[in-house]
Amino acid sequence: MIPETGHFALILALMVALVQATVPMIGASRGDRAWMDLARPAAFAQFALVAIAFGALVTCYVTSDFSVLNVAQNSHTDKPLLYKVSGVWGNHEGSMLLWVFILGLYGMAVAAAGGNLPPALRARALAIQAMIAIGFILFILLTSNPFARLDPAPFNGNGLNPLLQDPGLAFHPPMLYLGYVGFSMAFSFAIAALIEGRVDAAWARWVRPWSLLAWCSLTLGIGLGSWWAYYTLGWGGWWYWDPVENASFMPWLAGTALLHSSIVVEKRDTLKAWTILLAIITFSLSLLGTFLVRSGVLTSVHSFASDPARGVFVLALLVVVTGGSLTLFAFRASALKGGGLFAPISREGSLLLNNVLMSTGAGTVLLGTLYPLFTDALNLGKVSVGPPFFNSVFLPLMVPMVVTMAIGPLLQWKRGDLAGALSRLKVAFAATVAVAVATWLLAGGAAGPLWAAGGLGLAAWLFVGTLIEWAERVRLGRCSFGEFLQRCRHLPRSAYGMTITHAGLALVIVGITGSTAWKTEHIQVMHPGQTVDVAGYQVTLDGTQDNIPGPNYTALRATFTARKDGKLIAVMNPEKRQYTMPPRPTTDAAIHTNLIGDLYVVIGDPDGAGGFVTRLYYNPLVPWIFLGTVIMVGGGLVSLTDRRYRVGAPLRTARAVAAAARA
Amino acid sequence: MTRKQRRLYFVLLGMLALGAATALVLTAINDTLVYFYTPADIQAKHVGPNRRFRLGGLVEKGSVVKKGETVDFKVTDLTASLAVTYTGVLPDLFREGQGVVAEGKLDGQGMFHASEVLAKHDEKYMPKEVSDALKKSGQWREENASK
Repeated sequence: MIPETGHFALILALMVALVQATVPMIGASRGDRAWMDLARPAAFAQFALVAIAFGALVTCYVTSDFSVLNVAQNSHTDKPLLYKVSGVWGNHEGSMLLWVFILGLYGMAVAAAGGNLPPALRARALAIQAMIAIGFILFILLTSNPFARLDPAPFNGNGLNPLLQDPGLAFHPPMLYLGYVGFSMAFSFAIAALIEGRVDAAWARWVRPWSLLAWCSLTLGIGLGSWWAYYTLGWGGWWYWDPVENASFMPWLAGTALLHSSIVVEKRDTLKAWTILLAIITFSLSLLGTFLVRSGVLTSVHSFASDPARGVFVLALLVVVTGGSLTLFAFRASALKGGGLFAPISREGSLLLNNVLMSTGAGTVLLGTLYPLFTDALNLGKVSVGPPFFNSVFLPLMVPMVVTMAIGPLLQWKRGDLAGALSRLKVAFAATVAVAVATWLLAGGAAGPLWAAGGLGLAAWLFVGTLIEWAERVRLGRCSFGEFLQRCRHLPRSAYGMTITHAGLALVIVGITGSTAWKTEHIQVMHPGQTVDVAGYQVTLDGTQDNIPGPNYTALRATFTARKDGKLIAVMNPEKRQYTMPPRPTTDAAIHTNLIGDLYVVIGDPDGAGGFVTRLYYNPLVPWIFLGTVIMVGGGLVSLTDRRYRVGAPLRTARAVAAAARA
Repeated sequence: MTRKQRRLYFVLLGMLALGAATALVLTAINDTLVYFYTPADIQAKHVGPNRRFRLGGLVEKGSVVKKGETVDFKVTDLTASLAVTYTGVLPDLFREGQGVVAEGKLDGQGMFHASEVLAKHDEKYMPKEVSDALKKSGQWREENASK
C-alpha cells in the first residue's frame, strides 16, 4: 500500500506542477492577480505531494519492504538504520526522488518566504521551478520508478554497496543536491527576469540568499565527498579530478562567479546580462553534473552501474533547459541595459576579473572532462584526461585570481586606486615573501619543490590581505577601543562573511600545497613486531586479529602503534572488512591527526608467510583542507544572516517602480 | 569611460583569459593525455616504452602471483594478453576474471609497469573501455556484464 501511495502522490505532484507551470505564467502576462497567486498554494501542494512520495520510499527502506524492487536491490535487514535511510539516495531512482524532493523544498521556501517579492516575478519564478519539476518527475515516472514492485518478494535484499555505508557519504548526496538544486532558484529568477525584461538591484538582492544557500551546501557537499574519498578509498588522496568530482566542481566554480557578479548587480546596477548568463550556466552545469554521473558516458573512478536510456533523457532535458534558456537570453539580453560605468581598476573590475577567471577555469575543467567523449565520438582513440592536465591548466588560472582576491576588496567602486591598495597591502607582501622564503629554506632550498614556496606564499598573501581589509574597515588600532568595538558591531554580516570565506580559502590553499608537496608514502610487507619510519614517526605493527564481527561484516583488524622519540603517540586500528551482503571487501584506513598532518595507515593482504602488505602515509596539512572548507561554509552562512536580506531592503525603490511603469 | 570602452575592456579581458587558457590547454594536452589500449592494441600498434597509457581488460585467471608487496598478473582481452607488474596494495575489487584498468608504462622487455590500478566502486561495474574492447574483439558475453 505504502509504495503505491508514494507512486500516486508523485503522479499527483506532476499534475500540480503542470498547473503551477502554466496558470501563474499566463496570469503574470495578463496581469491577473488571482492566476498569479495560484503559484504559492501550488508550490505548497507540490512539495507536500513529493514529500509524501519521498516519505513513502523512506518508509519502505526503514521497514525493509523487499516487495519493492528498489529496496530489494539496495537494502538489507542487517544494515544499521542510518544506512537504511541513506540507502534511499544511494541508488539512482531514490537519488532522483531526493532531487525532486529538494526542488519542491526550495519552491515551497520561495512561496513561504517570498512575501516581499513582486507578484509577477514570484509567479514566473515558481512557474519555471514547476517546469523543472515536470521534467524530473517525468524522468522518474518514465525511466526510473523507485516504487516498482517485485513479485515474489525475496527473503532479504542485496544490500548497499559497503563503500557507501559511511556517515560521510550518508550526507554527501543530500548536501550536493541542496547545492545543485539550489542553483535552480537563481536560474528560475533569471528566466523570470528575462521574461520581464528587468534586472535591478532588488532582483539581485532577492536571488542572493538562494544562491548563497546553494553555494554553502555545494561547498559542504564537495568537502564531504572529498573527505570520504580521503579516508575510505585507502590511497590517501582527497581529489582525483575524476569526472564525477568535476561534475560537482564545475557548478561550484560557476556558482562562485555568480555570487560575485550578483554583488555588482546589487551595488552598481551593472553586469546584468552577464549575471543572468551565469545563472543559466550554473544550473546547466548542475544538470550536466547529474547527466555525467547518471548516464555512465564517462568512465570514472567511481562510476556506478547505469543505464544509457536514462542518460538520453537527462541529455534531452539538458538540451531543452540550456538551449531554451540561452535562446531566450539571446532575444532578451539586449533589453538589460547596464547602469553604472566603471574603470578597469575598480571593485567592479576586480570582481569581473574574478568572474572571467572562474568561468575560464570552469571551461577548462569542462573541456578536460568531456574531451574523452569527443575523441571517442570522432574515433580518435580512447583517452583519459587525468590530474596532470587539470593541474597544469586549471591551477595557473587560479593564481592571478587569488592575487586579485586580496587587492579587489581594497579598491573603491567605480574607480579604484591600485597604488593606494597595494601600499596598504605592504604587510601582506612582506608576509608573502617571508613565508615563501621560509618554506623554501625549510624544504631544502633548491632541492625542494619551488612551487610549494609559491603556494604557501600565495596563501599568506590572501590570508593577510583579507585580514588587512577587515582591519581597515573596523579601523583597528587607528581609533579608540570603544569605537573599534562599535565598528565591529556595525560592520555588515556580509562583510564578515567575505573575510571568513576568503581566509578559509587561504587555509585550503595551504592544505593543498602542503599535502601535494610533502606527502610521503611507504609500501612494504610488515611482520608483527616490525617497525617502519614514516616522517619522523616509528610505526610498529603489533599484531593482527581476524574475524572481528561488525553489524554486517567481519573484519581483519591490525594494531599499529606510532611512536615519536620513544614516546607513544597513537594506537591505530586499520581494518580490512568483508561485508556479507553484498559480499565485498573494503579497506578502512586508520588516521591519526594532530591538525598539522595526518598519519595514515592501511592494512592490505597477507603475504602468506605471516606478513601483511601495509601502506603508511604521512599527509602533511591535509586537515587544513577540510578545516578551511568548513570555515568557507561558515563564512557563507554568516553572510546569509545579513540583515539586508530580511529588513525592508528587498523592496524596489519608488524611483525604479516609477521607471518601470513608464517603460 | 564610455559604455563602448567598457564593452571593449570586457571583450579584451575575456579574450585574454581564453587565450591564456587555450595556450595552457595546448601545451598540456599532449603531455598529459593518456590513451587507452587493450593488449591486442599493443600488439597491433607497437606502443613503445616510456609512453604512459592505460591498459584495460580482464585479469587472466590463474595469472596473479604475489611476491610481498609486488604483484604480477596478466591482463587479457581474450585475444592477446600482457604481463603486468605492480607494487602496492591492490584495490579491494581486484579479482581474477574481472575487469581492470591499469595505468603505467611498458619497459623494454614488454612488461607493463603499472603505477596505478584503478578501483571501481561497484562490483557490477565493468569499465566501459573494457566492455567496448571485448565487444570489438567479439569476446563479449552478456554474463560478463552481470558479473
